[in-house]
Amino acid sequence: MAVALVLVLIVVGSVLFHFLSPWWWTPIASNWDYIDNTIIITFWITGVVFAAVVLFMAYCVFRFRHREGNQAAYEPENRRLESWLTVVTAVGVTALLVPGLFVWSRFVNVPSDATEVEVVGQQWQWSFRLPGKDGKLGTSDTRDVNAENPLGVIATDANGQDDVVVEAADLHLPVGKPVKMLLRSIDVLHDFYVPEFRAKMDMIPGSVTYFWFTPTKTGTFQVLCAELCGQGHPMMHGVVMVDTQEDYLAWLGQQQTFAQLSAPQQMGSAE
Amino acid sequence: MVDITPADAVPPAEVAEMELYHPHSWWTKYVFSQDAKVIAIQYSATATAIGMVALVLSWLMRLQLGFPGTFDFITPEAYYQFITMHGMIMVIYLLTALFLGGFGNYLIPLMVGARDMVFPYVNMLSYWIYLLAVLVLVSSFFAPGGPTGAGWTLYPPQAIMTGTPGGQDWGIILMLVSLILFIIGFTMGGLNYVVTVLQGRTRGMTLMRLPLTVWGIFTATVMALLAFPALFVACVMMLLDRALGTSFFMPAIVEMGEQLQHGGGSPILFQHLFWFFGHPEVYIVALPAFGIVSDLISTHARKNIFGYRMMVWAIVGIGALSFVVWAHHMYVSGMHPYFGFFFATTTLIIAVPTAIKVYNWVLTLWRGDIHLTIPMLFALAFIVTFVNGGLTGLFLGNVVVDVPLSDTMFVVAHFHMVMGVAPILVIFGAIYHWYPKVTGRMLNETLGRFHFWITFLGAYLIFFPMHYLGLMGVPRRYNELTDMTIMTESAHHLNSFISIMAFMVGFAQIVFLFNLIWSIRHGREAGGNPWRATTLEWQTPQTPPAHGNFGKDLPIVYRWAYDYSVPGAKEDFIPQNVPGSFAPSREPA
Amino acid sequence: MSVILVFLLVIAGIAGWWLSHQRLMTKPWLEQGMAGDFVALDRSALPTAKIGLGVFLAVVGCLFALFTSAYFMRMALSDWRPLPIPPLLWLNTGVLVLSSIAIQCASLAARKGQVDMVRLGLATAGLTALVFLIGQLVAWRELSADGYFLASNPANSFFYLLTGMHGLHILGGLVGLGRTSVGAWNGAQPQRLRLSVELCTMYWHFLLFVWLAIFALLAGWASTLIDICRGLLT
Repeated sequence: MAVALVLVLIVVGSVLFHFLSPWWWTPIASNWDYIDNTIIITFWITGVVFAAVVLFMAYCVFRFRHREGNQAAYEPENRRLESWLTVVTAVGVTALLVPGLFVWSRFVNVPSDATEVEVVGQQWQWSFRLPGKDGKLGTSDTRDVNAENPLGVIATDANGQDDVVVEAADLHLPVGKPVKMLLRSIDVLHDFYVPEFRAKMDMIPGSVTYFWFTPTKTGTFQVLCAELCGQGHPMMHGVVMVDTQEDYLAWLGQQQTFAQLSAPQQMGSAE
Repeated sequence: MVDITPADAVPPAEVAEMELYHPHSWWTKYVFSQDAKVIAIQYSATATAIGMVALVLSWLMRLQLGFPGTFDFITPEAYYQFITMHGMIMVIYLLTALFLGGFGNYLIPLMVGARDMVFPYVNMLSYWIYLLAVLVLVSSFFAPGGPTGAGWTLYPPQAIMTGTPGGQDWGIILMLVSLILFIIGFTMGGLNYVVTVLQGRTRGMTLMRLPLTVWGIFTATVMALLAFPALFVACVMMLLDRALGTSFFMPAIVEMGEQLQHGGGSPILFQHLFWFFGHPEVYIVALPAFGIVSDLISTHARKNIFGYRMMVWAIVGIGALSFVVWAHHMYVSGMHPYFGFFFATTTLIIAVPTAIKVYNWVLTLWRGDIHLTIPMLFALAFIVTFVNGGLTGLFLGNVVVDVPLSDTMFVVAHFHMVMGVAPILVIFGAIYHWYPKVTGRMLNETLGRFHFWITFLGAYLIFFPMHYLGLMGVPRRYNELTDMTIMTESAHHLNSFISIMAFMVGFAQIVFLFNLIWSIRHGREAGGNPWRATTLEWQTPQTPPAHGNFGKDLPIVYRWAYDYSVPGAKEDFIPQNVPGSFAPSREPA
Repeated sequence: MSVILVFLLVIAGIAGWWLSHQRLMTKPWLEQGMAGDFVALDRSALPTAKIGLGVFLAVVGCLFALFTSAYFMRMALSDWRPLPIPPLLWLNTGVLVLSSIAIQCASLAARKGQVDMVRLGLATAGLTALVFLIGQLVAWRELSADGYFLASNPANSFFYLLTGMHGLHILGGLVGLGRTSVGAWNGAQPQRLRLSVELCTMYWHFLLFVWLAIFALLAGWASTLIDICRGLLT
């Protein structure tokens, strides 16, 4: 009796917790409400299965608990029932998978009008690089990283000269414009994660990874590192500010390009 | 009616008797024993001891997460060392060793009707190498710089760099050496488990008459033999990177403003190797649990396991499929995004045979005669937690849903529920079930029920709410959750609540350990077959079984392992070695 | 990871073939008592030790398949610079082939009960295997003398790793061979000696095969072959 009751309480409690508890995702600030919708579908399907299985079990425990003189039924198998359950499960799984794959193909195919923004992770801070007027990011190499060139931009690449370098400071993005985040690390694995944007991706030293999104809300968002990167991992916060177009341009105007940053050094060496 | 007709009388076993090693001294009988049952107890005791270390580590982690800033001795370095050692110990040195080395050694020979494992000497070596691996692991706590803090996944490059505790000290080296030793030791044991099932079965014990426990352990061992080499390869290569300066996994790196010597390696190669082992590992732990829980449910519901054939096929199918799903741990690792389509599909396909197993467990309860003994309670609790954890796996396996959830507390909650809590509940159930066979006495019932309720409800209350922290976006592997805009005040309270629950559940385990020790002397006498079960281990002439298991003649098997409540039979169970046949009252549709 | 997947597919094929002979489709609850009918299903007629070794070789095969997979994955990156194969490896390969032939002779002799021939075969196999190991060490020394050090680039690291791993397995085999030889000289029971020699033979042939595969891999033929296969497929 008590066992059956507890099983029922687990289901009821879990469902109530799901709907009533204050812990839920942060308000979304990007175009990835597709992902949220997929999660909702998954919650419904899995929730129904969970409740059904546990309640059925509770009923069995209540109804078929041992009493004097009971004898269990003898039923080695029931092919029809098993086939039906298999088919129903397969349908349920397909219902989860198909929307998931559909959204994933959106996630990995970047729209052609997305602006590129480079994020560079290092223990334990974030830096950023935006393409300059030419709209192209210069190539980079970890071997070229030094105190004057913290992001390892290859100095001989003409595309890199006008790149805007934001070292260990806040990133600003214009609202409503798709961005392709190019992710790079110069030491260990990191992961650029803003909970409100839903998207994230690891950054691997030696290669460039990416994801894309469109910020849909202005505001200040906290960047977290989501891949263990040493003991400073939980302190590796950053800030992304999503601005209106004017604010964004104003901010951009104050930033220095790669050429400007490396200019004093060149003058110094010329003297 | 079961009638023993002369037609059924089969000549005595024609199976060639194996030569047993007969111990001459106390040392060879109890320490360097070649008896699988003694080795099983040695494995279990060692695994439990090291598991207690991991339990204490989890308390320390929960102290930090639940009450941040209160305990100064838990520095970030220490915290990362705790999570790493907790994870590695629990997954490898406790769960794998206990299921395969402990239960495998004890149950396989008894259940298949063999006198011992087929290679007893190698089996003994397996344990001693395992013990050595555990000692090397423990020694890293005392090494300069302490144990590694790289996370149990040991992802390079950080695992062997200065920014990670133990990365440039002894920690990571000892970890890798310990794993290599474990794999060597396990391979020796694993050969035994597999070949004993292949060649050691007694007369009449066809594969389809094996209890599901043996099927589960057998399939898991085959998988482990094929999966552990991947970890071995990864460990050897990382060890060379760390000790001899090669660059298998190390690309060009600037660490704290300084160029490192390494260059040209691929960190993602390690992840592929690690998860090629790591995902089958999940099922290496889960399949023995599946098998054992099937037998617990069947025995204590006095009903044959529903759909035995489907259960066997599902075990084999899951085992095979689990080798083509590994990259679902790497959806956001930066691997080629198109892999996501393939691995999401295979991952969700594996849900189908797994679901069938769940249905068959609950359908076994249907119209059963359910004895709510402690093993049965743990089996029921297993179903609840396994279904819960399995269903959240559908979130994480479905590639795009994984994007916001990966590396958050949702993942932590998911894998603890599905491969932490659920298999451990089975282990508890199995211990309550087989303890009478191992010691001849029952475990104390009152303490057992106390242990069950605290463990089950406590663990559920720890991990169910934790999913929602992950949904909020709280990342895993953070020792500090302060200064985060997403962490609300109430979320901090939830963390404190989870911590308090964790201490309670941990405390219940101490009660359990006390029960284990106390009942050896003071438990109620159990007799040979207290649960009135059908499988061969309950039919031994002595309890606990003597060396050689079955007395003068090996048993001959006449029926499958699940003849419970057979219509027309005198009792509600017919042991596998009872001859005679009956006509089933109805042939199921 | 394609190499390991192909390897596992082969293993799965063998397992599937074996399982298909185990009557997994039967309804075990309908078959009581007829134990006598299943004797043939109970176990393989092969000696248990051989099956044990077979399982072990599958594990070793898995290990080398994984190394090969890792090799191919790394090779696919653009900065791959393989090192020149020292000509000595050809000689070593020849010696290892000789070793396999010698142990095959020992195995045949054991079947006929010619203990002297068994001893000769075992001794030759052991010595040639030792020569192979020494030859590999010399090849390592030559390479490092030419400036191809273990840590100087990933291709070098893989070269040393693969040859080293294979060498370690040969070394382990020599221990087993040593034990067999002790038996051969101390007059072990013919049945036991034969089994023991046959086990060594299995292991030797397997390691020869592994070596040929590694050699092909290091010399670059394996990737050429795969390119050709890929070309045929597409």
